[in-house]
Amino acid sequence: MATYLEFIQQNEERDGVRFSWNVWPSSRLEATRMVVPLACLLTPLKERPDLPPVQYEPVLCSRPTCKAVLNPLCQVDYRAKLWACNFCFQRNQFPPAYAGISEVNQPAELMPQFSTIEYVIQRGAQSPLIFLYVVDTCLEEDDLQALKESLQMSLSLLPPDALVGLITFGRMVQVHELSCEGISKSYVFRGTKDLTAKQIQDMLGLSKPAMPMQQARPAQPQEHPFVSSRFLQPIQKIDMNLTDLLGELQRDPWPVTQGKRPLRSTGVALSIAVGLLEGTFPNTGARIMLFTGGPPTQGPGMVVGDELKIPIRSWHDIEKDNARFMKKATKHYEMLANRTAANGHCIDIYACALDQTGLLEMKCCTNLTGGHMVMGDSFNTSLFKQTFQRIFSKDFNGDFRMAFGATLEVKTSRELKIAGAIGPCVSLNMKGPCVSENELGVGGTSQWKICGLDPTSTLGIYFEVVNQHNAPIPQGGRGAIQFVTQYQHSSTQKRIRVTTIARNWADAQSQLRHIEAAFDQEAAAVLMARLGVFRAESEEGPDVLRWLDRQLIRLCQKFGQYNKEDPTSFRLSDSFSLYPQFMFHLRRSPFLQVFNNSPDESSYYRHHFARQDLTQSLIMIQPILYSYSFHGPPEPVLLDSSSILADRILLMDTFFQIVIYLGETIAQWQKAGYQDMPEYENFKHLLQAPLDDAQEILQARFPMPRYINTEHGGSQARFLLSKVNPSQTHNNLYAWGQETGAPILTDDVSLQVFMDHLKKLAVSSAC
Amino acid sequence: MNVNQSAAPVPPFGQPQPIYPGYHQSNYGGQPGTTAPPTSYGAYNGPVPGYQQTLPQGVSRAPPSSGAPPVSTAQATCGQTAYGQFGQGDVQNGPSSTVQMQRLPGSQPFGSPLAPVVSQPAVLQPYGPPPTSAQVTAQLAGMQISGAMAPAPPPSGLGYGSFGPTRGPQPNYGSPYPGAPTFGSQPGPPQPLPPKRLDPDAIPSPIQVIEDDRNNRGSEPFVTGVRGQVPPLVTTSFLVKDQGNASPRYIRCTSYNIPCTSDMAKQAQVPLAAVIKPLARLPPEEASPYVVDHGESGPLRCNRCKAYMCPFMQFIEGGRRFQCCFCSCINDVPPQYFQHLDHTGKRVDAYDRPELSLGSYEFLATVDYCKNNKFPSPPAFIFMIDVSYNAIRTGLVRLLCEELKSLLDYLPREGGAEESAIRVGFVTYNKVLHFYNVKSSLAQPQMMVVSDVADMFVPLLDGFLVNVNESRAVITSLLDQIPEMFADTRETETVFAPVIQAGMEALKAAECAGKLFLFHTSLPIAEAPGKLKNRDDRKLINTDKEKTLFQPQTGAYQTLAKECVAQGCCVDLFLFPNQYVDVATLSVVPQLTGGSVYKYACFQVENDQERFLSDLRRDVQKVVGFDAVMRVRTSTGIRAVDFFGAFYMSNTTDVELAGLDGDKTVTVEFKHDDRLNEESGALLQCALLYTSCAGQRRLRIHNLALNCCTLLADLYRNCETDTLINYMAKFAYRGVLNSPVKSVRDTLITQCAQILACYRKNCASPSSAGQLILPECMKLLPVYLNCVLKSDVLQPGAEVTTDDRAYVRQLVTSMDVAETNVFFYPRLLPLTKSPIESTTEPPAIRASEERLSNGDIYLLENGLNLFLWVGASVQQGVVQSLFNVPSFSQITSGLSVLPVLDNPLSKKVRGLIDSLRAQRSRYMKLIVVKQEDKLEMLFKHFLVEDKSLSGGASYVDFLCHMHKEIRQLLS
Repeated sequence: MATYLEFIQQNEERDGVRFSWNVWPSSRLEATRMVVPLACLLTPLKERPDLPPVQYEPVLCSRPTCKAVLNPLCQVDYRAKLWACNFCFQRNQFPPAYAGISEVNQPAELMPQFSTIEYVIQRGAQSPLIFLYVVDTCLEEDDLQALKESLQMSLSLLPPDALVGLITFGRMVQVHELSCEGISKSYVFRGTKDLTAKQIQDMLGLSKPAMPMQQARPAQPQEHPFVSSRFLQPIQKIDMNLTDLLGELQRDPWPVTQGKRPLRSTGVALSIAVGLLEGTFPNTGARIMLFTGGPPTQGPGMVVGDELKIPIRSWHDIEKDNARFMKKATKHYEMLANRTAANGHCIDIYACALDQTGLLEMKCCTNLTGGHMVMGDSFNTSLFKQTFQRIFSKDFNGDFRMAFGATLEVKTSRELKIAGAIGPCVSLNMKGPCVSENELGVGGTSQWKICGLDPTSTLGIYFEVVNQHNAPIPQGGRGAIQFVTQYQHSSTQKRIRVTTIARNWADAQSQLRHIEAAFDQEAAAVLMARLGVFRAESEEGPDVLRWLDRQLIRLCQKFGQYNKEDPTSFRLSDSFSLYPQFMFHLRRSPFLQVFNNSPDESSYYRHHFARQDLTQSLIMIQPILYSYSFHGPPEPVLLDSSSILADRILLMDTFFQIVIYLGETIAQWQKAGYQDMPEYENFKHLLQAPLDDAQEILQARFPMPRYINTEHGGSQARFLLSKVNPSQTHNNLYAWGQETGAPILTDDVSLQVFMDHLKKLAVSSAC
Repeated sequence: MNVNQSAAPVPPFGQPQPIYPGYHQSNYGGQPGTTAPPTSYGAYNGPVPGYQQTLPQGVSRAPPSSGAPPVSTAQATCGQTAYGQFGQGDVQNGPSSTVQMQRLPGSQPFGSPLAPVVSQPAVLQPYGPPPTSAQVTAQLAGMQISGAMAPAPPPSGLGYGSFGPTRGPQPNYGSPYPGAPTFGSQPGPPQPLPPKRLDPDAIPSPIQVIEDDRNNRGSEPFVTGVRGQVPPLVTTSFLVKDQGNASPRYIRCTSYNIPCTSDMAKQAQVPLAAVIKPLARLPPEEASPYVVDHGESGPLRCNRCKAYMCPFMQFIEGGRRFQCCFCSCINDVPPQYFQHLDHTGKRVDAYDRPELSLGSYEFLATVDYCKNNKFPSPPAFIFMIDVSYNAIRTGLVRLLCEELKSLLDYLPREGGAEESAIRVGFVTYNKVLHFYNVKSSLAQPQMMVVSDVADMFVPLLDGFLVNVNESRAVITSLLDQIPEMFADTRETETVFAPVIQAGMEALKAAECAGKLFLFHTSLPIAEAPGKLKNRDDRKLINTDKEKTLFQPQTGAYQTLAKECVAQGCCVDLFLFPNQYVDVATLSVVPQLTGGSVYKYACFQVENDQERFLSDLRRDVQKVVGFDAVMRVRTSTGIRAVDFFGAFYMSNTTDVELAGLDGDKTVTVEFKHDDRLNEESGALLQCALLYTSCAGQRRLRIHNLALNCCTLLADLYRNCETDTLINYMAKFAYRGVLNSPVKSVRDTLITQCAQILACYRKNCASPSSAGQLILPECMKLLPVYLNCVLKSDVLQPGAEVTTDDRAYVRQLVTSMDVAETNVFFYPRLLPLTKSPIESTTEPPAIRASEERLSNGDIYLLENGLNLFLWVGASVQQGVVQSLFNVPSFSQITSGLSVLPVLDNPLSKKVRGLIDSLRAQRSRYMKLIVVKQEDKLEMLFKHFLVEDKSLSGGASYVDFLCHMHKEIRQLLS
């Protein structure tokens, strides 16, 4: 094996797992002294074109409390046809189908390269995917038109047997019946009244026919899903109908007087959507897609009143405890989110408005159910249109990049316990021997439900080493973790993906070097960041920053090389060298800083941070900056104000934004029109290069980033200036004085100052 | 019993009160020294012949039993002498008819073993000590024997003219009784005659009264210029010339002469009430009220009492000011309204201005008279159709939808408007409501289901209420699809209150007034506000709890109605019940919003289509005023205190009507609160503020001046029994809500007895207590009152359902005088008696089985029902030409349509049926009843002079009873 770097990368590619520590400290005490917890980022459905699923069911350990899946780490006695579970050491008989097993005739799951393997379960009725559109009609005419077009377009992207439903809302909520000929029929609900699931089902007439349906069930179990709801119909059947219906969709007709917001019953609409699916298709893959163009203004879940003179809550209001609808609304949406999660459905929110739309209150709907959250300025922007289209993109097999109703189960060998998970999941409250008392994130369980998944959905899973100091693990001992993800594939198949990994134990006292070398600072940064963001949801911002700082200082104290009280002597090894910088940028990131961000924006950023994979998360923490110039090929440059030079074009990717920034001179050239002169074709190429690269990023990214093309002195340049390390500010501009660069008008500390402080604190014996 | 009536148009004798002396009083031997043989009562024939003689129709009226010859002069003599005998003085005033009632000590004399329990013992008592006198006997004998020779007073000088058409003042009242002493001296042996049943012909006949009035007053137009004139009866067709007082088509009063003091009024017990029909339809010959526009300042009103300018306002100071005729306040005349006065103190422009010269006119209202100070939008009609299983199964929904397609072209429009301004909307419902978007831009209608019936709301705004012409294609498509959509429904439960709520909310959202047409089939038992349970319990009848059957089950509907009224949302309800639907509760909202209820029990398309569609067409097409407020102002001294009808009142003076059509009537009762002045009389001004079909806000004003009197006789002379009955029926029908039915009946009888007793005591010449003397204007009061008492509400038969009673109760509440008249005393028309060529309606006959001949065919109508009764021995030719079957036995009993045959009789009968139907506000379904058939029971129920199966007294028995009551009061 080569370097740890390669090892980590290889593991990530194969298993979709990145651990903060790749060699594990063997005792609880030592592990806590490592500061960064033992944790991993797991991408359960990481795309594996090289991994065809096997068409049989996994073999499970027979111990009822274990039920681990047979894996390459298990000891197998081919002669006796026995295998020993590597988690509980139970000896198990192979099932009859494995009679022909031998060293040379191994099933896939025993081969080392299949540490991750996917099974297809043939049992059980397959239910089609369900897409329930929940559409706001309180939009401007052109916005609504654009949305209608997008929705109509999406119909052509859906699998033909998928069931679709349509709910529209404004002042009222309309549930459209899709199967009727001649007359379009819809059920209308008052937007101000919260209804229980039962009431909703009664009112939609769903509860009654259930009786004969159940009787008919034994005869035709397969037909059940197709007939049981008038509101959800196979797209192939009602394609035309629905297209027409969407075409005829009008703006909410109720008059909006001047000085008022339109009445928008988002809370009830969502409640009805949830209730509808709950009553008709519990525990099958379903997506509720909410398209909204403004904040909920009435009924349960209202975020702001309809008086325009009272603006929607800001962070300032929230801090002052002045957001009077927030708590109630949040409670409403949390209740809905929990119900949705219990039914295995997921909720997407596509919010396009210039002002806030209440994502802060509604965030749990997406966060708990694994749905998408998209925020844009208008439905009439490519940001929305392309993002929406990307939902329905297909993978190399021609399958949708979405999975539903997943449960993730984690099993650990006995030296480890599960502390919790952070990601788009909810706890299933499965207590077990491997569940830790100490919670990190969503804990107290060994199973989580992830209602909506895509190949990049990533969870942070945190562990606790429980092995006592006085019970050393023999040399070469390995700890093992198994991730079992059961889910409904977009082809409606039920699948189980099993990933089993093992890592070496090391005694932290004698083998600290080993452990140190196996530190994955990128994963650690993301995992710590997730913890920080998780805390930020419930704690005051400064507390979280202080906690992060303390962790960083402790880590530096533990792993830095320095002489006491001598900051200049402070050194960090390669495997830690970037970590403080990540933390510096994390502190400045919108995930922890709410200044200049609306509550909605914060929610939006945090939502994505909690579900993207490592690479994307790192970009979010520390944006990438490329520089284009005549001096050489494009190169990544420091995210620093000193990188902003007059003769450069900069391309910054913050995940949420792509900024192309033309330096002062370049911008002047462009204004002078040099790019149009044949003799300056190279200038034209230079201008074009970042655009092409940006396009490449735009193509791949979900959600589509905000694309900003700006130049020196442009108002949009603020996106760049707010991200770069303010090494030159109005305070120190002339002290640095040499090369130029762009001064940033801020009082924020620069990375250099930050590092100086860090070194000082790390070497100090005071803390 | 012997009851005599003087109904002769021009009787030969002059007394206003022809008295038929109670000959057999003498027979009862109350007086010492006189012993009359029991047979002597036969002499009572005396009055009978006299009576008969006065009857114009000898043939049909004379029953075989009463064979006494008519001896007019004798009778006259008798009467005269009788007065003399009792020394009746000059107190006698007013035209009146006296009726003497006599009885044998036992009940037998009636010869009818079926004599009702009610009347029998009651009648007996008063006769216990019958005053007998030899003179009387002698008198009778004399009458019998020598009537012709008896000296008759000169007819010319007598005030009998007061019976006549003119009803002018009768100066000669006192004079016609000179012969008292002579009478006493007239000797004669009692004439023994066999005991006989009381002759029904001898009692006042409604038919006669109607005929007389028709003959006497039908030809001349009724000119309203004179204060306190009694108009012709409602049964008379006459023209009205408005010369300053409102036409009787708009206002009728119980009396046109009001007692000056409340003491007098109390004494008389005659209710002072006006029956007002503010939007009454007029015959084409009469002009509808002129519209007056007083410009931006609005109609000119009295500053203090707010009365509107009217012909009675007195202009003074050369026209610069006017004195209010209601409150006497002196107001300035605005400069723009100033006009000089002529030498009589009248404005010179009086005849150019309707408000100065006419009794009825309209003002254009200004924005101050509008809700929220905004001119109203045109009203809307919302059709709300029950589509539950029952409605679908009977074919109702299909029929209705089909009809609506064409009916929508006939929405009421104003004046010469090209198209109606009214917008329409559609809702269907069962357990949930379906609203329809029928916006003209849609390719097909959109249905919106609201299942949240607990908290009803309107799901759409734009496209719900539409102009028919603009959205015609979509509406047609909708009406085509509704029957299809619900064809397979299994839903049997319905809601009701939420439906009304929805309609009301829709109007509220559209900011307009309007009308809901509800088509409903069953008891609303689905879980929703206003849910009802079946509480029909026949055991409650005749108990103290009977009133609960008329009361609404829940207060929810009152609350709802109140909201509807506030919005100007009128509700018309069409019911198609198969069983109990609790009309009492369901009709609350229509009742309080000025709407109508139509009920079609056991609706079947084949049988009831015609009736339903005809009612529907009429109901949709009729002109309605919306969001109306009516206020009745009076001159000082009297005050409107009570109101009856279909409306809502939130205070004690304003009658609020969400909708008001030309059929709806409000009865208003007045009480004194001060002394009235004979000089100035009493004034009524009824002002109705409403929104017309085109959305114009208007005020309709009706003025009426009444006389005031210090003599009770004037009151009795200027009464109108039909109006009185209208008031009393409404009063009683409201009473059943709060009191046991029995006590309501008793109250009615007592009041009636008091009225008549008061007359007897104060106005009639003193006579034997055994004589029943009725005021001329009220001689039909007993028969009509009996009809009210026997009506389904107050005395239900076994076949009358609780729903029927509640239905009738609420119908009567807003009936006008003509409707109550025919409703309580149905018209019975013989069909083959009059020559076949005559185009006029045949003269009616009295509603009694005795009057039916088994060789004839009769039509009976009461405004709601229409029967064709076929006698068993009717000529075959007639059967053939009417029914197209050869014999009586082949006529289908219960037939509801006569075959269309091309012969004069068939044409005439069908024509007559059509014309009867045209006269009534509701379509009367025809039922052919054969004599001796089981359906005949149904028919007989309407022969109101007969004893009814449910225990109602016959006319004769009731009259006896009445007499007894009066006597009790007098003694």
